[in-house]
Amino acid sequence: MQSLTLESATEKTPGLVSRLAPRLHAKAFTGGLIVLTFIVVGILGPALAPSDPNKQELTAMTKPPQGIGSLHVLGTDNLGRDVLSRVIYGARVSLLVAFAVVFISGLVGISLGAISGYFGGKTDFVIQKLVEVVWAFPPLLLGITIMAFLGQGLFNLILALVVQRWIPYCRVVRGQALSLRTREFVVASRCLGARNAQIILRHILPNVIQTSLVIGTFAMASAIIAEASLSFLGVGVPPEIPTWGTMLADARIYISTAWWLPLFPGLCIFVTVLGINLLGDALRDLLDPRLKRAGSGI
Amino acid sequence: MASYLVQRLAGTIPVLLLISLLVFLLIHAAPGDPTLLLLGEETNAAEVAKAKAQWGLDRPLYVQYLKFVASTLTGEFGKSFKYAEPVSNVIKARLPATIELAIFSIIIAIVLAIPLGVWAGSKPNSWLDNVGTTFGLFGISMPSFWLGIMLILLLAGVLNILPTSGRSTYGIAGPESTGFYLLDSLFQMNWKAVWDALTHICMPALALGVNMLGILMRVTRSSVLEVMNEEYVVTARAKGLREKNIVWRHVTSNALIPVITVVGLELGTLLSGSIIVETVFAWPGVGSLLITALNSRDYPLVTGIVITYTAAFVVINLVIDGLYAVIDPRIRY
Repeated sequence: MQSLTLESATEKTPGLVSRLAPRLHAKAFTGGLIVLTFIVVGILGPALAPSDPNKQELTAMTKPPQGIGSLHVLGTDNLGRDVLSRVIYGARVSLLVAFAVVFISGLVGISLGAISGYFGGKTDFVIQKLVEVVWAFPPLLLGITIMAFLGQGLFNLILALVVQRWIPYCRVVRGQALSLRTREFVVASRCLGARNAQIILRHILPNVIQTSLVIGTFAMASAIIAEASLSFLGVGVPPEIPTWGTMLADARIYISTAWWLPLFPGLCIFVTVLGINLLGDALRDLLDPRLKRAGSGI
Repeated sequence: MASYLVQRLAGTIPVLLLISLLVFLLIHAAPGDPTLLLLGEETNAAEVAKAKAQWGLDRPLYVQYLKFVASTLTGEFGKSFKYAEPVSNVIKARLPATIELAIFSIIIAIVLAIPLGVWAGSKPNSWLDNVGTTFGLFGISMPSFWLGIMLILLLAGVLNILPTSGRSTYGIAGPESTGFYLLDSLFQMNWKAVWDALTHICMPALALGVNMLGILMRVTRSSVLEVMNEEYVVTARAKGLREKNIVWRHVTSNALIPVITVVGLELGTLLSGSIIVETVFAWPGVGSLLITALNSRDYPLVTGIVITYTAAFVVINLVIDGLYAVIDPRIRY
């Protein structure tokens, strides 16, 4: 039975926070390590990969993993291509797509959100209608439809993913801008003759950047899964570019005979997304605990 | 509240119209000629022209769109190029499979996530919490299609205890009445068919529900953590109630409000997820139909499916909005 005084009830919150602190560090460390590995492998890909990811060795088709130190550490696929090299090159595509999508959608979403919330009125109405229409599509479905229209390609894929991903930034930033525009420092700055663009850049944006960073981290995880999903369905990047999604799609027919073909690319997606989510959790707890309460980004 | 819902419903009509125009234009601008795809490469110009005239593809684009909107309003969506019957019929035949799979995934997610979330949240930092949190994090990070493939590899390939794909084994199910195999078999008291349908649905449902499971678990946990600090919980404890009663009666019922929001929000993701999971398990639903339709450039069918999915998404969001007010009397529209 716990002691029940009013003091103990009110003291409970800080106690909880300090008890959760070590876990926060562990999350940030593990997540950071995974994400760092992902970035390094993505950038240094060609130097790390033991062979050309598209080189076909017809004498070594569907070889199981041979262990560290051997020629094909993670085995070969049905065309005799080295799985490890393909997985490493796959990280490059995921890294490129994830960063490009997060950066572009962040830029678009934050700008539109800040404009929408700061100016209000007709501008706000038009932007919010646009948000409503795009948001009415189930996620992924819009991506599939756009890719079917544009055709396979890395640039098209980034575009198809950006189309819907700017919305979370826009909604959150709009809400913040709405409340910021009536705050004293903004009003004071306007009285001193600052132009709207100046106020948005100097006073609104710095105040929304932390929340956007948290949204961006989770958006990166979702972009990696979305890229893999579209490539898996055959509407992502062209087949000659090795990605984790296309590797999984190719592996489907070999499930019963070559377990390593679906295992490794999928494991890479899972671990990378896990790392990003861990980092996102830690960032959110650190920078913006309000997001947790609002239920977004969970 | 009724007037609010009517207003919202009316507001969705222009959104749906805009979406239909967008999808129509996107699909028509796509590379690849449907006539060539369907008739094969070795057709002559006369046959192509005849097929185009038959499907109305020789008319100006705006005429095609108006015709499409007219047929949408009648609920028909035009005629599928590939199946040569009204799109609505093709979708209707596949819809029960998708709904059955979605409902089963939601049930799996809720049944596993809520108790786990409540246990984890009521005992922060215990081993149960650690297991639950890890589980939740794994759930949200798991690509559903990969989990699907791994389940096939393990449960169907290595252990050979579940079938790899499809909805039923040929010849076991009785005649269809609702299209929901589980319900049909239950009504007919065909237990063998019920078991058969269950063995077919559990792998795809688990794969589809895993993300929702992770998210629900995390939301339940954080919601319970928050409610545990409320004064009425302290009061309940002060009255000397047992911890088990406090957690399950006082905390859980109050902590479930945000959970319902999340179930609603996640239904959209579940719908999109069904496209990819159905493809992995060759589940004969609307999702796998969309991929087939896209590959054969069956314009009316693709547009019909996209609009069906979007309309479902919009309606679900509306229903969830209405549900809040029922669950939480503090919310008034």
